Parts: sequence; structure tokens; C-alpha cells
Amino acid sequence: MEIVLALAIGVLTTCGVWLMLRPRTYQVIMGLALLGYGVNLFIFSMGRLSVDSEPIMVAGFPPTFEFYDDPMPQALVLTAIVIGFAMTALFLVVMLAQRGFSGNDHVDGREDAE
Amino acid sequence: MRELAQALMPHLMVAPVLLPLLAACLLMLVSERRHRTKATLGLLATAANLVVAVLLVFWVKAEDEPSAFGIYLPSNWDVPYGIALVLDRLSALMLVMTALVALMALLFSLARWHKAGAHFHPLFQIQIMGLNGAFLTGDLFNLFVFFEVMLAASYGLLLHGSGPARVKAGLHYIAINLAASSLFLVGAALIYGISGTLNMADLAARLPEVADADRALLHAGCAILGVAFLAKAAMWPLNFWLVPAYASASAPSAAVFALLTKVGVYVLLRLSTLLFSDGAGDSAGFGGAWLLWGGLATLALGAIGMMSAQRPARLAGFAVIVSSGTLMAVFGLARPEVTAGALYYLPVSTFAVAAFFLLTELMDRSRQSEGMRQQAPEDEEDHLPFSMAELELSQGTNLDEDEVPLVGRAIPAATALLGLAFIACTLLLAGLPPFSGFIGKFAMLSSLLEAPGGTVTPVSWLLMGAIITSGLLALLALTRTGMRFFWTPVDRPSPVLRVVEYLPIALLIGLCVLFTVRAEAVMRYTRATAAALYEPRLYIDAVMGARPLPTPTNADRLGVPVPGGVR
Repeated sequence: MEIVLALAIGVLTTCGVWLMLRPRTYQVIMGLALLGYGVNLFIFSMGRLSVDSEPIMVAGFPPTFEFYDDPMPQALVLTAIVIGFAMTALFLVVMLAQRGFSGNDHVDGREDAE
Repeated sequence: MRELAQALMPHLMVAPVLLPLLAACLLMLVSERRHRTKATLGLLATAANLVVAVLLVFWVKAEDEPSAFGIYLPSNWDVPYGIALVLDRLSALMLVMTALVALMALLFSLARWHKAGAHFHPLFQIQIMGLNGAFLTGDLFNLFVFFEVMLAASYGLLLHGSGPARVKAGLHYIAINLAASSLFLVGAALIYGISGTLNMADLAARLPEVADADRALLHAGCAILGVAFLAKAAMWPLNFWLVPAYASASAPSAAVFALLTKVGVYVLLRLSTLLFSDGAGDSAGFGGAWLLWGGLATLALGAIGMMSAQRPARLAGFAVIVSSGTLMAVFGLARPEVTAGALYYLPVSTFAVAAFFLLTELMDRSRQSEGMRQQAPEDEEDHLPFSMAELELSQGTNLDEDEVPLVGRAIPAATALLGLAFIACTLLLAGLPPFSGFIGKFAMLSSLLEAPGGTVTPVSWLLMGAIITSGLLALLALTRTGMRFFWTPVDRPSPVLRVVEYLPIALLIGLCVLFTVRAEAVMRYTRATAAALYEPRLYIDAVMGARPLPTPTNADRLGVPVPGGVR
């Protein structure tokens, strides 16, 4: 499970960083979204990986991490998702405005001589 | 005043966050066309924010011991688990600085900018809320949330007024900040994963006991977190976004943005003194060298940038970089007496840069009266120094002795006032006497010379040289711009100056004069601040010792009788 998660985070982050460095605004926004997913998964993994453990205390089990999952990273990731989503939406608006002004989707607003 | 603050505490502490939030909600409800109502509401809220900040400073000052801490538990939970707001001398100082600059920027915007687009006033209030929250919060995750609030508002303010230049700069600015926020999250999560806490005081207390095997990972987490703050505080090479973004923003927004870099500097100072103090075991002094050398590089390149800048707004952007480079380098030294000088320099340089941003707008406008208005700002970026077109003499220009002499022609009052404000800003930014910019630099330099053990280290000499040289370069660059703006124009109509636009600039400069006159009192305050900062035990004990108020649900756990006796 650890290896799968680590690979997923690694692939998402790599793709995100690569896309973010591309010259087209659409690629940049996809890159930022992928980077956001990578980061969110990473926050999850910081609560340690476990299967079938309760996030909220249940009567009859001592309160140790042997029986429970850490609820904190889940709360953090929820906030991070909401904020990330809102920021991506805002970025999309600015991207469209930029396209309206410059007539192309280059991040600097100018078409390079290809 | 102290009694009033005492009576309103501890709930006064949460007002800097709640007040702008409520004001923003109210402002959203007012129709966009009712400019006067919106302006009045916004002005009232910002003025009230200033009153609250001043009361908080009085409260902090009234506690004579260095351990003047106000702790507020908004959700009434036990300390390391719930949210905690922490007020100390440093955050009170930052709150007052924010409130003052915000009020002046808002006043300036009332002349015309607040009508230039939708939702200026709500965004402005949210910006204040994010800044205040970042200064008050006591845990890392709320710091992230307030950072995002602040950034979201700043995106809106940067785009305020629209136009291709702003949208282009805004796109870059948002992309950079989203990437930095991702780093922030990774760093905070990594720190949580290892230490199991996000509360700064709790984290500082646990840091010495971290297992050796985990320490490298913890340092990696702190470094990643630090990169996010360094990008915000504009350390080279993470600061290329700053100048285009700040220079293309409308003047009142740019004045407020001068505060945003100070948030990065504030967090760096707060965390480096709290987490990596001498008591932190193997982590002591972590990152200090990076701050010092990175700050020096930022300072040097910012000063060179000032020399290269042609537009006054870009000049102001580089002045922001010079200011935060100086602060970071000094904080990297981690010496209380030098930090005290830097804390005096911090508000002064912020006021000066904010005044300069406001002034650049007036200067640009006075020059644009000749039909240059259509020219988009980015077209000017690559102008030659003293571009020849501008200097070309018109027919009636008087150069010859046979014609009527120029001597004795009255300077229009508006130009004279602009020129005076410009000279004051120059003196402040270059750090020349008699203004407070000089006192701030002098305080830093003189305490650098009073080295412990009597020998001044080479690094201190280097830092002194860098600070003095950057002042000289700033003076050269500003003088050159001043000559170009105030001396070369020949047949230009005199600029129209409105009181509501000139007043904030004059007040900001007046504040710097006040800092000069009352330098002793301010220095006493910053010395106490620095002394408390380098005793992190005080902060940790104050925060960890805070107890929630007893309620029926937690009375058992706290071991106190149930309030009211009902069960």
C-alpha cells in the first residue's frame, strides 16, 4: 500500500510540476490541479496508512493509534481541497480574461515564433 | 486607554479578525452603485481596526514584564488541540502597522480608484482580515488559512482596475502563489506527521525531544515550509514575480501589498526564534545561515534592480525587495540587539514604501497629461534611461541667454508639494538623516559593531557594507528619477493635486517623522520585543498554560465545579 501511494504522489507531482512549467495557460492550470492532488494525498499519508480503523472513538477500545486513525490530516485535507478548488476556479477566470485581452493562450500573452 | 483595553480584553484580541470580516459582509450587501455609503462604511471599519490595534499595543505595553502575552481560545478547547490566537509585542506592532497603512491606502483610493471596478471595499476588508489573522494565529494550519484569505483578496486587488498588464501580472502572481501554497501544505503536513502537533508553541516544546532518526525529515519539512515563506517575503531567487505584479497594481493595492512581504518576514522571524532557539537541541540555529546569505543576495540584487528601474512604480517594487532583504539578513544573524534595530526599521520602511507607491501614481499621472495615457505600462518597461524622445526640446524651450530667463518663474504649488514628498521618500528609503530611515539603519549598524566578545565578525562587516551600499544605490536611483520627473519637464501643465490623495502620503511621511521624534520610546518597545522573541520559553509557557473557560461539558476534565451548578 505504501509503495502504491508513494508512486501515486510521485507521478501526480511530477506531472504537475512539468505541466506548470509549460507555456500554455491550460497546461499550467492542469499542472496546478495535479500538484494539488499530489499534495492532498501527501497530507493523507502523514496520518499514517491503515485499513479499517475508526476515525472517531468507539466505546470498548482504548484510545491508541492501534485501533484508531488520525482524524487530523483528514480535517486538514478537507480544508486544503476547498481552498485549492476555489483558487483553481479563480485562476480559470483570470486565464480567460488573459485570453480575451491577448487573443492567445500563452502565459505571457504573446505568441512565440514557432 | 490602558484601562479601556484591560476591560475589553481578552475579547478585544479577536476583533482584528472579526471586525473586517463583518465589515466585508456588510459591504457586500450594499449596492455597487452607492459609492458614498460603501466608502463611509469601509472607512469606518478601517478606522475602527486602527483603534483596536492601538488599544492592543497599549495592553501589551501595560504588562511590564517581557512576558506580555494575550492568549485567546476561540473554540474554548484545550490548548494544543483547539485554535489559539496569540498576541505579543511583535504581533501588536505588526497589527498597528497594517492598520495604519491600510487606512492610508483606503483614503487614497477614495479619490478615484474605489470606483474602478466591482467589490473593491469588501476585498480590501478581507485583505485586512487575512493580514491581521496571520499576525495573530498561534498554529501552522490557521496560518495557512489566513495566508490563503490574504492571498485570495490580494488576487482580487491586483486585478482591480483590469487591463492587459494587470491580468498578465495577475496570472503569474496567482500561479506562483498557488505553487508556494502547495509547498506550505507539504511542509506543514510533514511537520505534523513527525511531531504530531501544529500548534507553534507545542511544536517548539516538543522539538528537542524528536528522535534523531526523524530529525532530518523534520528539518526537511521546516525547509519546505520556509521556502513558501521565503517566496512570500521575496527572497532572491524567488522574487521575480514581485516587481511586475506590484508595479502593475493600482496604487492603493500596491501600498497594501507592501505589507504582504512583511507577513513573510514576520513568519520567518516568529518561527526561527521560536523553533530554532538555543534550547532546541540539535535543531538550534537551523536555517539561520540561509536567511543571512539569502537576505544579503536579495539586498544586493534589489539595490541593483533599483538602479535599473525606469518607472517609479518598478523602483518602489525593488525598494520592497531591498527592505525585506535587509530584514531577512539581520534576522539571520539572530542577535537580539540587532533585531531590535531591524524591528524599528520594519514599520518605517513599510510606511516609506507605501507612501512611495501612492506617490508614483501621482507622478505618473502628472506626466501622462500629454496624451501618453494610452500607452500600456508594460510598453514602458524597456525604455532607455532618460529616453531621448522625452527630452526632445519643443520650439519654445528656453535655453538661450537672449531669451527671457527661466529664473524667477514660479514653480506650481502642486509640483512643489509632489517634489517635497518625493524628497522625503528618497531620504527615508535611502536611510539618510534626519528621518527615521536613518535612525533604523543606524540602530542596526551600531549594534552590529557592538559585537559580543569585542571582535566584529567578517559577516557583520559584509552586512554593514551591503546596507550602506544599498542605501547609496537607492539614493542614486531615486535622485535620477526625481531629476527626470521634476526638472526636465518644460511645457507641461502643472499637475492637479487633490487633498484626499495628497493627505495619505503626507500622513505616512508624518508618521515617519513621528517615529524620528519618538525614536527612544519606539526603540524601547522594539528592544523589549526582541528580548522576548529570543526567550521562546516565555511564549511556550504562556500558550501552553492557557486554560479554557469552565463549561458544563469540560468541568469534569478540568477538575473544577460545574459553572452554575446545573447538570
